[in-house]
Amino acid sequence: MTIEPFKNWLEERLSLSALAQAAKKKEVPLHRQSIWYYFGGMTLFLFVVQVVTGILLLLYYRPSAENAFESVQFIMTEVKFGWLIRSIHSWSANLMILTLFIHMFSVYFMRAYNRPRELTWVTGVVLLLLSITFGFSGYLLPWNTVSFFATKVGTDIAGVVPVVGKTALRFLRGGDEVTGATLTRFFGFHVAVLPAMATVFLGIHVLLVQLHGMHVPARYEQNYRRMKFFPNFLMRDLIGWILAIGVLAALAALFPWELGVKADAFAPAPAGIKPEWYFLFMFQTLKYIPARVLVFDGEVIGILFFMLAGAVLFIIPFINRSPEKFPHQRMIFTALGVVAVLYIVVMTIIGYLA
Amino acid sequence: MDYQNAKILLLATLLISFGALTTNAQQKSSCIECHIKLEGKIGDPARSIKDDIHLSRGLSCNDCHGGDPTQGDKTAAKDPRKGYLGRPRMADIPAFCGKCHNDASFMKKFNPALRVDQEKEYATSVHGKLLKTGNEKVATCISCHGVHGIRAVNDALSSVYPLNVAETCAKCHGQAERMAEFKIPTDQYMKYKKSVHAKALYDRQDLSAPTCNDCHGNHGAAPPGLASVANVCGQCHARQGELFQASVHKAAFDNKGLGECITCHNNHEIKKPTDALLGTAEGSVCVSCHKQGDKGFAAAGEMRSQIDGLLQRIENSNRILDRAERAGMEVSKPKFDLREAIDGVTHARVLIHSSSPAEVDKVVAPATGIAAKTYQAGVDALAELNFRRKGLVVSLFFILFLAVLVYLKLKDIERRQPA
Repeated sequence: MTIEPFKNWLEERLSLSALAQAAKKKEVPLHRQSIWYYFGGMTLFLFVVQVVTGILLLLYYRPSAENAFESVQFIMTEVKFGWLIRSIHSWSANLMILTLFIHMFSVYFMRAYNRPRELTWVTGVVLLLLSITFGFSGYLLPWNTVSFFATKVGTDIAGVVPVVGKTALRFLRGGDEVTGATLTRFFGFHVAVLPAMATVFLGIHVLLVQLHGMHVPARYEQNYRRMKFFPNFLMRDLIGWILAIGVLAALAALFPWELGVKADAFAPAPAGIKPEWYFLFMFQTLKYIPARVLVFDGEVIGILFFMLAGAVLFIIPFINRSPEKFPHQRMIFTALGVVAVLYIVVMTIIGYLA
Repeated sequence: MDYQNAKILLLATLLISFGALTTNAQQKSSCIECHIKLEGKIGDPARSIKDDIHLSRGLSCNDCHGGDPTQGDKTAAKDPRKGYLGRPRMADIPAFCGKCHNDASFMKKFNPALRVDQEKEYATSVHGKLLKTGNEKVATCISCHGVHGIRAVNDALSSVYPLNVAETCAKCHGQAERMAEFKIPTDQYMKYKKSVHAKALYDRQDLSAPTCNDCHGNHGAAPPGLASVANVCGQCHARQGELFQASVHKAAFDNKGLGECITCHNNHEIKKPTDALLGTAEGSVCVSCHKQGDKGFAAAGEMRSQIDGLLQRIENSNRILDRAERAGMEVSKPKFDLREAIDGVTHARVLIHSSSPAEVDKVVAPATGIAAKTYQAGVDALAELNFRRKGLVVSLFFILFLAVLVYLKLKDIERRQPA
């Protein structure tokens, strides 16, 4: 029995040969900055790891204030390789945010967001926000003391936003305080709302990347080689993914993700509560802003500043449109990017050491 | 009634009320007015009465001493026909205070929960009995509560507030000269201050910790007799008392005329009990009666080794669980379970008052089982850690091998591809 009839059957319905032909034709630019192209694929791979390990965790996790901690404890101690799955899920989440930041800044500095890739950038920023929200909502799910109070502080900050703050706080918490209702709500966001949104935006993002191909920085436009996407680029991606699995396995085995102590709403907040590392630079900034700035509340000013920075991030492709025509503008944006990276790195280190 | 009339009526009511209030506030007390001007002891009552609970409840000098405080003239104010009593004799003080404090109906107006048997109780106390014999050096109501600046018992500045009771008693009981006549020691306060009870009361500010009156009684203060010591301690240490009463020691102590709890734990200088008090080694209280070869000696040794054995197992479990935890293993559940074994030690320390190794074993055996289980959990966690590390080495080998294979394949493909 041959598989030819089956292949023909599929071919007739899916035009696979056309796809294969397109894949064969697809090429990736090869120049000194090509290394940055791998970070998008790495982020996508880590996202897939998140989906797979997340689904496995769902088999045992129970989203209620009474059971959440105990169920994670059960996963860590009783479920065969549960410790590995949970630790990989937590480590992979953090590595994903890291590769996402690297991916975003590489795109920023290479100006890969310029015409016609504006929407690729915008969907990428949406994915960044979704990933951070994934992290924030997932952090609470083990229902331990640190996550409980970090969520309290985080949602308190949301509550300070003028006009919509109070409503946002109640919406996030499912009431006035962080309770079991908050946990259920965050669980819903984490496993249903955010994955659905991420799938849509990821689909659009990847589709746009295929549509427009890889961007070539201006200085290499006249002089670059090409590499076949399939199999050359994809196999290099694959090597990176295999090594990423090795890194995740090593981190999970040597530094299993801590479970901590079960959250107790009536216990005093432990000293030195900190958010996840990717929020640290904002958290540290808010600490440095004085309580009052002229007649305004310092915390509100800080939060509005970060909201404005987020809004600017979205519209960068539309305000830095023709760098070739305006070289000064190009320099300003590069300088701003360098300042932003330095600021984030320095404040994160200070926040971590504080 | 029209609006204008209503306004007038309201205004009138307010004025009358204000008038009544000011009249009450300015009620004349010629006693205070005159005595406050006098220097020395004669003026002290008028000066200290401002803090007095009786005054704050609307009573004044004349409610105890009689007389007419509305009279400005000294003779008229101190008119015996108006019930003026003057300063009561020491021997009459209990009855003097008892006039009101024995009257349940009267006292109900101020504090329905207040007892009204203080005078009766006082009569049963050593103080009260000696007072009856005419000895006026003993304590009466005012010796402890003060005279004119009497504060509520729950007022932290009161001389009978739990934190101040021992000092109040020591004012007299710490004076060797004063106590010589009664042939009682004067070191109780010094000893008490070193006790576990004083540490709880003063260092931890635990107001439920006992001070003098909790063991000796307050108004009926008396040293507990040998037979009643256990009842005194048993008020708080009920289980220990109950076990002792049912133990072989009860009859033995009675026969030898030994005080039940105090023989081992002392009375005023009750130190925090340690396991060193139990057993057959030097420093144990058991060896002061038991000698090698007798049953009690063996039982003391056995109970001590039961507790020591359990403590050792708990220590071992803690050590291995800490090691596993430091290595990143999740051991919070066995750590939580181990608390039950630690509770077992506390329970066993209570059960030694039964003087029965068999009774102690009823708690020690299951607690030892729990400690063993938690130790095994620690062993398993370390074994799991070892397995993970070995597994990691093997996995990394295959992962790297796979990466190298893909790399070689890629190079092979690229070699064949046209340049």
